[in-house]
Amino acid sequence: MDELRDLYQEIILDHNKNPKNFHVMEDATHKSDGHNPLCGDRLTVYLHVDGDRITDVSFQGSGCAISKASASVMTTALKGKTVEEARELFHKFQDMLTREDAAIPDLDEFGQLAAFAGVREFPVRVKCATLSWHTTMAALDDENEIVSTE
Amino acid sequence: MDTVHSPGETELLPADIEAIRREFPVLQQEFYGKPLTYLDNAATTQKPQVVIDRLKRYYEQENANVHRAVYSLGELSSKAFEDSRIIAQKFLNAASEKEIIFTSGTTDAINLVAATFGRANLGPGDEVIISAMEHHSNIVPWQIVCEEKGARLRVIPIDDRGDLILEEYEKLLSPRTKLVSVVYISNSLGTINPVKKVIELAHAHGVPVLLDGAQAVSHLPVDVQELDCDFFALSGHKVFGPTGIGVLYGKEALLEAMPPYRGGGDMILSVTFEKTTYNDLPFKFEAGTPNIAGAIGLGAALNYVMSLGFEKIAAHESALLDYATEQLDAIDGLRIIGTAREKAGVISFVLDSAHPHDVGTILDHEGVAIRTGHHCTQPVMERFCVPATSRASFSIYNTFEDFDRLVQGIRKVQKVFG
Ligand SMILES: Cc1ncc(COP(=O)(O)O)c(C=O)c1O
Repeated sequence: MDELRDLYQEIILDHNKNPKNFHVMEDATHKSDGHNPLCGDRLTVYLHVDGDRITDVSFQGSGCAISKASASVMTTALKGKTVEEARELFHKFQDMLTREDAAIPDLDEFGQLAAFAGVREFPVRVKCATLSWHTTMAALDDENEIVSTE
Repeated sequence: MDTVHSPGETELLPADIEAIRREFPVLQQEFYGKPLTYLDNAATTQKPQVVIDRLKRYYEQENANVHRAVYSLGELSSKAFEDSRIIAQKFLNAASEKEIIFTSGTTDAINLVAATFGRANLGPGDEVIISAMEHHSNIVPWQIVCEEKGARLRVIPIDDRGDLILEEYEKLLSPRTKLVSVVYISNSLGTINPVKKVIELAHAHGVPVLLDGAQAVSHLPVDVQELDCDFFALSGHKVFGPTGIGVLYGKEALLEAMPPYRGGGDMILSVTFEKTTYNDLPFKFEAGTPNIAGAIGLGAALNYVMSLGFEKIAAHESALLDYATEQLDAIDGLRIIGTAREKAGVISFVLDSAHPHDVGTILDHEGVAIRTGHHCTQPVMERFCVPATSRASFSIYNTFEDFDRLVQGIRKVQKVFG
């Protein structure tokens, strides 16, 4: 039962209900679609990158509480970060979800991302928590995904 | 709950259900300290002890390759294998055991027909008719062969309840139609299709019909001669048998006329580098060493079902369906997807407050196993404008209490996401 409470923490439930940056971005420089066919989760991540800095992030789509909340928290975490910092954060986040030995970062260091530590006990849900991140990395990687240079 | 339902003559008594449950070892387990409530029978059914024991006996006492051994052990395995074919023939009431082809499952059976009958009979402009509620395994094989042959896939639409729209089906039938391939019972909506009518209409145009019977065989008696279907596909694992084994039934004349599926051993009479003579039915379609243990296990499973009797199974499952539908309907914020006039075994639903994936995780912690997702029927999800559903699918060993636990679990989900 405690595992469930760890998974569905208040922070996650709140973000699921009232996701942040949940809208289309007209002037996005990068955009990518993410799809998890297993559960039907589908989302689009929009980024505005200025030089090597992510100045704005938003997302749209439908999905389970974990994927929606994760996308929401991610958008707030990435705003203002450099592309390099974003990649680093992704790897730390992924480690937290998948590696037994990974230290669970505290709220100070990791912000609300730490709320997803409970997902580690639910291996089938890891994909939900990382969908938005993978989509973001794909958007950053793929030059062809640039939807507008403005 | 038993007092609510006064069991009729053919209905299984709670004590009978208890006895049935005891025959399924998997059901004796607990998860998170709670008894397993297994409601994912449309994905696969559990195996009774008789099937498990039969597999064990085969490997302990009868294992040898079939159809080629001169020694006694090989005779044992060949006999057990062929006996299972006769059991399957009896189960489907096929006219001859030549019409029973062992495949690896429903998917394999449909691919066999697409690759042989489809390739041989489809040409540019020809059409194959399927329905909007097909499993991907009854969509993709036809897309592949249609693309190859320049033929076209036509789709019978379904209405808001999840029933086939027969008037539209009639309009689709034409001289271009070369095959109709439809599901008997839908795995995502639970609809029992009026397949007899579907077959009659097709036959009036001289068009053969394949029935995807994957879900049907555990819920209702199938008589392929009475239905007059031309092909019938089933999977062993959905009718209490092992995985990796299934059956394709086909009318003998059609099977005779079809080119072989895969080449190899067992499917030939003689091979020279100049010419190969194919074996007789059903071996023509069974290249290579078959799933011997699987076929024998399937025989045991089909015998098990026949010994229970479909009248009792149907009565119990229909009482379960009524009870479950009523209980779920009473939950605010829950919508049942699939409300066809005739239904069996399956209740798909969505909640206003929670995504199916979250429902599944929370129910799991209550010991309740349901399926969430698109159930390999993405077009159905699109038709009902939902990304996914939660699906409770039941079988002979499920009880009213199983659904009480499901309902309790759903209330818990609603509390978390309230
Ligand atoms: C209606 C229907 N058709 C076909 C299949 C495919 O069966 P299998 O995966 O055993 O080949 C399934 C199984 O999910 C099904 O429910």
